[in-house]
Amino acid sequence: MYELLAQTGLNALYAAAYLSLVAVGLVLIFGVMGVINFAHGELFMLGAYAVVALYTEFQMPYVLVAAIALIFVGCVGLLMEFSMFRPLRDNPLGGLVASIGFLVVLQALVSMGFGVRMEHVPPVTQEVIVFSEKVRLPVQRLAVILAAVAFLGALWLFLKRTRFGWALRASAQDREAAALQGISIRKTSMLAMFIGGALAGIAGALTAPLISVNPNMGHSVIVAAFIVIIVGGVGSLEGAVVAAVAYAFVHTAVTTYWDGVIADIVGLMLMLAVLIMKPTGLFGTADRA
Amino acid sequence: MRRALAPAAFGAALAAVLIALPHGLSFSQQEILVFLTINVLVVASYRLLALTGEWSLGHVVIMGVGAYASALYSKEFGVFVPVAMLLGACTSALVAMALSYPLFRMKGFYFLIGSFAAGEIIRLLWKRFRDPFGGPKGLKKIEPMPDFDIGIWRFDFFEPTSYYYFALAVVGFSLWTMWRIEKSPVGLTFHAVHWQDRLAEAAGVNIRAYRTLAFVIASGFAGLAGALLAHYIGTINPNSFDIEQMVYVLTWAIVGGTATFYGPILGCVVLTGLNEILLRELGLEQGRPLAYGLVLIGFVLFLPKGLEGVAEKALKALDARIGPGMAEGRRP
Repeated sequence: MYELLAQTGLNALYAAAYLSLVAVGLVLIFGVMGVINFAHGELFMLGAYAVVALYTEFQMPYVLVAAIALIFVGCVGLLMEFSMFRPLRDNPLGGLVASIGFLVVLQALVSMGFGVRMEHVPPVTQEVIVFSEKVRLPVQRLAVILAAVAFLGALWLFLKRTRFGWALRASAQDREAAALQGISIRKTSMLAMFIGGALAGIAGALTAPLISVNPNMGHSVIVAAFIVIIVGGVGSLEGAVVAAVAYAFVHTAVTTYWDGVIADIVGLMLMLAVLIMKPTGLFGTADRA
Repeated sequence: MRRALAPAAFGAALAAVLIALPHGLSFSQQEILVFLTINVLVVASYRLLALTGEWSLGHVVIMGVGAYASALYSKEFGVFVPVAMLLGACTSALVAMALSYPLFRMKGFYFLIGSFAAGEIIRLLWKRFRDPFGGPKGLKKIEPMPDFDIGIWRFDFFEPTSYYYFALAVVGFSLWTMWRIEKSPVGLTFHAVHWQDRLAEAAGVNIRAYRTLAFVIASGFAGLAGALLAHYIGTINPNSFDIEQMVYVLTWAIVGGTATFYGPILGCVVLTGLNEILLRELGLEQGRPLAYGLVLIGFVLFLPKGLEGVAEKALKALDARIGPGMAEGRRP
């Protein structure tokens, strides 16, 4: 019994790690730019395909590939900001619809380039940390957890300690007031999109050897990320992390006892319940929409 | 005199063209015509929902509810297919009614995400419960429409032309009904709910009741479209109603524009036509999602009023040139 609990806990921790990387980026983008990026799951997918292209095909060192994925997907985020969200600044719903279009475009491009089949990414490391007979943690999963802690910690320091971080938080709180203080909305938007994209990309790159990589993989990720940001409150980074951990535990537990589809349904129900009872989320304060 | 006659003549000409249309086409083009007719109903019902100002991302799933329900009624209980279709539409409306309680507590972004989540729940239920929904593989061998003979034409519903006439009649009647609803006091209230919700509320309009009404009616027609589709193609699964299909509907609505009744229909017809002429002829059918995604982004960015905005401008220019009221009969 304790062993089952411990194993479920480890699985949940891993799920929480990559989910919070995705969700935090989504919240950051929403906070600064006021749009929900529907294509965020596809940015995650791009990160995974960077691994397929560079690591599986060209056998480049995995760490290097992860770094490339981070920068590449961050730049795709910049492209979205530049081409869609900036011109649609006064029309957040239009930005959302455009990002749905972008989602389809990314999926189509990846299907054309790689085909719709599932890609197999060879494991980077086969090592498993064995706590006991039934409690095991593959090192690759540990890497995802550690990377999430490191990146989110770095982001937190960046937001709280640097001038850019201050500017970013200020524009998330009140865009006009921030602009009046001489903060460049253009720069903070670009920064938020780059960080948001990069976090999704690194999450995709790190989990690629652990999950099935295919052009539609972004769908389940974005659904989970929506649940997390709604439950956590769309404006709250801390809320997103806490909600990601909570949701991952609920989801993993329900998957263990019933099955994955039931777990998804439970998650979506939770999200609807939060939307009905407290639309600003359990941790959110301000209502921006 | 002239003004009264022009719309009638236009209507008669349109009907003649629509009836003659399938006879000049190849078999596969006739099939596409059937899908186009059904899609016109989907996109027109989507506009009815958008009239009250809320954009749903669950509309295609609601359409799927009608498809699944109608297929199951005819398959499991042996209900006569046209009756099953009507019951399917009613089921969609009822599901929409149930969903409206949670969903209409939300607005804007939250409504979009909420409708998306509700749609996902329904799709996951189809996937999870093999009995009766058939699981990920969905329902197969759905009862086709039974053949019948009206003297001048024998309806054999494996023929796309026959099904096209049937769908045309159903869709035509549905469009007429939606048109009448929009022009009725209820429809005017829908507009008020969208553009002046505070004022309408102050004037004693129950905003939420009207939003729910628009949602339920639109969902009923979407369900009818789903039922038409299910009994034609004979097999449906959860992925027939996924986000990609929703993107198509969104694109039609945005490309056409939603300010007028004909806008979304125009978008649907024009894009389907372009799709057939350009992509299929060039052998680029695979590129359809890519093209739709790019078109969607392009219109949101550069032509937010859609094709109807272009059409209105053209009509105005024509008006200015040949004198007011002449360009189109019914325009004052």
